[in-house]
Amino acid sequence: MSFDINAILDQWPAIVSGAGVTIMIWILGTIAAAIIGFLVAVGRQYGGLLLDKVLGFAVAILRGTPFLIQIFLVYYGGPFVGLSLDPLPAGLLGISIYGAAYFSEIFRSGFQAVPRGHIEAGECVGLTQGQIVRRILLPEMTMLVLPPSLNMTIVLMKETAVLSIITVPELTATLSAIGSQQYAFVEALSVLALFYWVLVELTGWLGNLAETKLSRFRFFNA
Amino acid sequence: MSFKLFELLLQASIYTVTISVVSILIGFAIAILLSGMLLSQRSHLMLPARIFISFFRGVPLLVQLLLIYNLLPVIGINVPSIVAAIIGLSLCTAAYQAENLRGGFASVPTGLVESAEMVGLSPSQIFRRIKVPIALRLTFPALVNEAILILKASSLVSVVGIVELTRMAQDLAGSTFLPLQLFASAGLIYLVINWIVALAGGLIERRLPGVPR
Repeated sequence: MSFDINAILDQWPAIVSGAGVTIMIWILGTIAAAIIGFLVAVGRQYGGLLLDKVLGFAVAILRGTPFLIQIFLVYYGGPFVGLSLDPLPAGLLGISIYGAAYFSEIFRSGFQAVPRGHIEAGECVGLTQGQIVRRILLPEMTMLVLPPSLNMTIVLMKETAVLSIITVPELTATLSAIGSQQYAFVEALSVLALFYWVLVELTGWLGNLAETKLSRFRFFNA
Repeated sequence: MSFKLFELLLQASIYTVTISVVSILIGFAIAILLSGMLLSQRSHLMLPARIFISFFRGVPLLVQLLLIYNLLPVIGINVPSIVAAIIGLSLCTAAYQAENLRGGFASVPTGLVESAEMVGLSPSQIFRRIKVPIALRLTFPALVNEAILILKASSLVSVVGIVELTRMAQDLAGSTFLPLQLFASAGLIYLVINWIVALAGGLIERRLPGVPR
């Protein structure tokens, strides 16, 4: 077996571009997922019983089905309901919705973990609902939702590889193409695995660092 | 969409369930070994286990599957693609299960181990009769969770050409031009399978003895 990594590394402009697309999808998708997830959590917590049931049903479906099936539904099923998207926007939409389901559960558990007494105390001293959310609920739940959010960010990083199946030009698709052109599939996939491994470890390390730095903001033990 | 198509999806889902169950079981066996290595406190055992777990948790499953599928023939091992798929899924779930098991072993109440020492059990008896049953009891919910994750992740083995539920839906969608109905049906089948697993897991969990504190 000959392992010729140069055949792959010669194609570095394409690799850099693919890595850029991967990182862009990851960052944009995670931000969108966190925002949608937060809105869903707020809707379920404060939007009444009906909204809670409807959103809960949607979250259960998104968490119970594979990401690949959801992507296929958006990309191949979309045009049949008037939603024709290119691979990249379809992938971004898919990863945002998928991630939002998990983020909504993270935020919901954060809301529920803030002690009732703290909110009642806020009401007693005459804070408005908005003030209670901004000054009590959000700061107190931040430390609680940080570790699972970090975890979810890493999960979404890894899910970006799945988007190669609907031909999003991210790193997995790029390196697979280079690998088959150069007859160096194993080499290309090794570079790919190394990229993800380093990025995931780095993200986890930076996240833990941030968590330690922020731990002085921990308001209560949970 | 005709019932015939749905029936084909159901048949393909047998592959999904079989691949998942086999991978979970093989993964569990590897995970016991890995967690033993992690808990051994010997660096020449801990380090390989740590690298294994870090790699299989840090690289997307799709990349692992493609790598194993393409690497095996290159190093002279020719196995059917289904075997490559099961190897990939097993190694990946082993890394996650090993972390769960380590957490389980670490949570065994020290008082129980101490009282077992007091009544004169040997270290191997303590391991077999106290630590293993309690660690398994503590990690059972995580195991059910992992089973559901693997059932969903098994959709990725479609990329190495195995006609399980996702691949069947994809093939049928290509030939019938009914992608919406077929992928929604496949999603529904995954949902039902996962719901059954969660329900069964909950039922079994309630029948298991509790962990004394």
